[in-house]
Amino acid sequence: MQKVKEVLNRHGNSKDNLIQVMLELQNLSGTNSLPHEWVEFVAVELDMPLSRVYSVITFYSMFGTEPRGKYVVEVCKSAPCHVTGAGSLLAMLEKELQVKPGQTTEDGVFTLIQSACFGACDISPAIKIGDKVYGNLTPEKLSHIVNTYREVQ
Amino acid sequence: MDKVLSARFGKIKPDSVEEYIAAGGYEGLKKTMAMEHVDAIEEIKKANLFGRGGAAYPTGIKWEQAYAIQRGPKYMVCNGDEGEPGTFKDRHILSEDPFELIEGMTIGAYIMGAREGYIYIRGEYTAIQKIVDSAIKNAEKAGYLGKNILGREGFDFTLKVVSGAGAYVCGENTALVESIEGKTGRPRQKPPYIKNCGLYQMPTILNNVETYSCIPWIIKDGGDTFSKKGTEFSGGTKLMCLSGNVQNRGVYEIPFGMTLRELIYDLGGGVTNGRKLKFVHLGGQSGSCFPESLLDTKICYYDLKKAGISLGSGAVVVVDDSHCAVDYLKNSMEFFEEESCGKCTPCREGTYRLVELVDKFTEGTATMEDFNKMKSLAQTMKTSSFCGLGQSAPVPLLTLIKYFEEEFLEHINGTCRTGVCKMR
Amino acid sequence: MEMINVTIDGIAVEVEKNTTILEAAKKLNINIPTLCFMKGVNEPGSCRVCVVEVEGWRGLHPACVTKVSEGLVVKTSTGTVREARKNILELIMSNHNRECLSCSRNLRCELQTLCNDNGIDRLPYNGKVEKGCIDTSGPIVRDPNKCVLCGRCVSVCSKIQDVGVIDYAYRGAHMTVTTAYEEGLAGHDCINCGQCIKACPVGALSERDDTAKVWKALENQDLHVVVQTAPAVRVALGEEFGYAPGTNVEGKMVTALRRLGFDRVFDTNFSADLTIIEEGNELLDRIKNGGKLPMITSCSPGWIKFCEHNYHDFLENLSTCKSPQQMFGAVAKSYYPIKADVDPKNVFVVSVMPCTAKKYEADREEMQVDGLKDIDAVITTRELARMIRQAGIKFNELEDGKRDSILGAYSGAGTIFGNTGGVMEAALRTVADKLTGKSLDAIDYTAVRGLAGIKEATVSIAGMDIKVAVANGTGNASKLLDRVKSGEAGYHFIEVMGCEGGCINGGGQPIIKDKNTTDEVKAARIKGLYDIDKACVTRKSHENPEIQKLYAEYLGEAGDHLAHKLLHTHYIAR
Repeated sequence: MQKVKEVLNRHGNSKDNLIQVMLELQNLSGTNSLPHEWVEFVAVELDMPLSRVYSVITFYSMFGTEPRGKYVVEVCKSAPCHVTGAGSLLAMLEKELQVKPGQTTEDGVFTLIQSACFGACDISPAIKIGDKVYGNLTPEKLSHIVNTYREVQ
Repeated sequence: MDKVLSARFGKIKPDSVEEYIAAGGYEGLKKTMAMEHVDAIEEIKKANLFGRGGAAYPTGIKWEQAYAIQRGPKYMVCNGDEGEPGTFKDRHILSEDPFELIEGMTIGAYIMGAREGYIYIRGEYTAIQKIVDSAIKNAEKAGYLGKNILGREGFDFTLKVVSGAGAYVCGENTALVESIEGKTGRPRQKPPYIKNCGLYQMPTILNNVETYSCIPWIIKDGGDTFSKKGTEFSGGTKLMCLSGNVQNRGVYEIPFGMTLRELIYDLGGGVTNGRKLKFVHLGGQSGSCFPESLLDTKICYYDLKKAGISLGSGAVVVVDDSHCAVDYLKNSMEFFEEESCGKCTPCREGTYRLVELVDKFTEGTATMEDFNKMKSLAQTMKTSSFCGLGQSAPVPLLTLIKYFEEEFLEHINGTCRTGVCKMR
Repeated sequence: MEMINVTIDGIAVEVEKNTTILEAAKKLNINIPTLCFMKGVNEPGSCRVCVVEVEGWRGLHPACVTKVSEGLVVKTSTGTVREARKNILELIMSNHNRECLSCSRNLRCELQTLCNDNGIDRLPYNGKVEKGCIDTSGPIVRDPNKCVLCGRCVSVCSKIQDVGVIDYAYRGAHMTVTTAYEEGLAGHDCINCGQCIKACPVGALSERDDTAKVWKALENQDLHVVVQTAPAVRVALGEEFGYAPGTNVEGKMVTALRRLGFDRVFDTNFSADLTIIEEGNELLDRIKNGGKLPMITSCSPGWIKFCEHNYHDFLENLSTCKSPQQMFGAVAKSYYPIKADVDPKNVFVVSVMPCTAKKYEADREEMQVDGLKDIDAVITTRELARMIRQAGIKFNELEDGKRDSILGAYSGAGTIFGNTGGVMEAALRTVADKLTGKSLDAIDYTAVRGLAGIKEATVSIAGMDIKVAVANGTGNASKLLDRVKSGEAGYHFIEVMGCEGGCINGGGQPIIKDKNTTDEVKAARIKGLYDIDKACVTRKSHENPEIQKLYAEYLGEAGDHLAHKLLHTHYIAR
């Protein structure tokens, strides 16, 4: 909880910064998600009903309430990507990783999600792994990229 | 044409205040500080600048109204949520020339007497947030932000980057303000408008990244000069985002008055793979979809409005004839279904039901009754939704039906001419 | 006051500035339908059922939150409006569990009426979003699949009660009202006040139905089933049978209970009097002997749980007296069996309460004496009405019945326990007599009456100034305690009721369409209780002859060992 306290202090223990606090905590969690105990701790420290904090973290799509894989693979599904072949990327990832969107691979390395636009429409179809965006993809190129992440393991 | 917004793109280190100044930066702020507040606002009014986020409200009038409000403190807020699919212009400003935004906001702060400002940047732009943050720190060090800016006693202004966390609806002004306050991004009832009662219930000046970024140039070179770059009804230049099935995708700074055809074919190099253009989706996900026949319309708020379409954020998604209008619509509707905040019934349940109805078309199980229901529901969403998201979500549906009704009727009869929809 | 001229559906009307279209239309007897709107509490303008057309304005506008302006021309029932309303209601219905026939709110459901009025005959949609299972973890039952997301419960829980155990979660079509992590209410800070039930326009919230337990006991020949009815029940039960709010139907209720098969029909008013003896004694003891002050009342189990969760510093301030419900049970299983010559183990005590938190209170582990639970079953006013209807009793035609003796006599003081300020007034009546050693005639403490959220008074008795305060609704209690905490106010005695207006507005009371939570209804029920008070032979608890007998024959003195064992309790920091 020391970690959590530090983050809260850095943000002035203010309710106004709840989202910023949670984004930082998710990065620190190692599970790409917000651990239940941390969320409860934040609610107590900020003197907010837990239900309200839960309301916020379930509203924003970037937060996870359940542990996710080391790498969150986001496949953009918005229109510019859709018309340039995003569908084939998703199909390839589902096959390669053996998961459906929203699921995590058995080894806990990848979580596959479909995401609304992340602003890479000029290089569609695009995916995002962690903070890194990959564009102008074909299933072959993507397979190669996924493998490099695997090899790091 | 000399550029207003993208002149420095790629030419300076984005977070270097020195390089920004060397490239003509901060002249606008200095000039503003030598002007009467009302004169500065007059320049912006002369510029014929309209809000670049999509609503196209005249910025000069907005600032004049905000200036007239006596209550304080006032806040400067920048909408950098840019969640609109097909839109990536603010990304370029934020990552390649963040100082033009920072300077624009600082000019606003000077005029309004605001001491605090927030730049709300979508959560997906993590790397860009860092660039802007670094630019802010450097501006503070150089005396362009912080206390007694440029040595002027009492001119204090601090800026803070606030991250979104994945919610398209936060592009709506009041939802964005709620989100800055750490809450769920659900829109507020208007009135009161945020100019009177915005962040922390205080008067708030809120503009898009691109709008603020026009301000330094307008002050520096004059509102008239800016205005003359465009048309009689739309001053200046616009960042347009080309994406989809077009050769040269990317951001283009164009003067108002250029036609869509010139943008797509001359600058964009036309449709990819030698295919034909089927339709253009203009202005973002909630914009109109229209065919080739409207491409000679000038990019100008007035001309577009006359043609029944709106410029929105400046997104231009080109869709070629291999795609099915109904399948495309399904994709658009799924976006709104996921991004609806859930507050009001028409949008929350309506977006969900539109997906259900469109699904029936793509599966070949729709009836005429479904078709009529879809149209009626779309009208209700348009008239009765709480905020712009729900009100404009049916626009692609209504416009696709307008121009491609035949394809919808074919789907009712179980055929998809493009073969994209796998009929059951 | 600035007046504004508007025209609604062709009729001109002059209204005050800041009036909404909804209110202006009401003046003209135009009923614009609403669903999410709850004046002053929940005004999100989000359900969109009330949309209307305004000349010159684009789109439709919610009448509930749109203020009129000079010259406004409104149309409330054009083709566009009717189509929009119909579409909106279809949308709400399409994601609503439509098991109307088996719903606790059948025939009393606001959505049902809206759909009926607006011609919803069939639904054009197929699927629905599953929103989790029914929460049966506590006395408040929540069915998320019936929820229409109006937010009324959320607002009441957070704004009025300051509890905030439920909120919206997720977004879009998946949005739901829930506790954190979708865990049951019982696992969280819910105080079981049931105000959410009263706020709910549909049957998404209801009380746990305990009538089966009661029917079963009534049929068990080995059991001696006794019933107590809380003060506030008698002035509200009638509403279930068409009487105006506040009508006293005690006589008919007693007869109905007898017909249902209860062996004895007693009264919680009796044990309210008993509470005053113990609590008054405790207060005087604390004042004289330097005990913890201010002393705070403990009759309201919603308030108690609220305090246990949020105000640990004040647990010692709570009176150790059990609530009247529990005191009744303790006496009904100790003193009463001796007098009635029955085995205490065979005495089955049923409470009829205006309250859902009483169900929780009865199940608290410490609420038992020598292994016998004080109370065996608690039903609400609404549940009693259901039992009466189910048994085919024509309530309105019943002759008046009388309470049974030895736990049935009551004073006016015991009666007004059912409304805010009543416990305070009842206590003052007794304390004043004790302190002066006289039987005083001036016993109307009007300063503590009324619907104000927080009331304060200083009462001079026998040369002593007693400072008192009354809070109703836990939200107001929070405000009051924060003042006490800051040292701002030095009270001797504080009364807290968990619900606004007191028990008369409890979570178990009848739900009256349209004006369910209005002050009008609260005031009428309160008046009903004060009318009974005025008509009582004795208006002071210590003058209740059955109470005097109970102490003389069994308990000894107030606060003595036996009284302590039976009638007092302790609290837990949660």
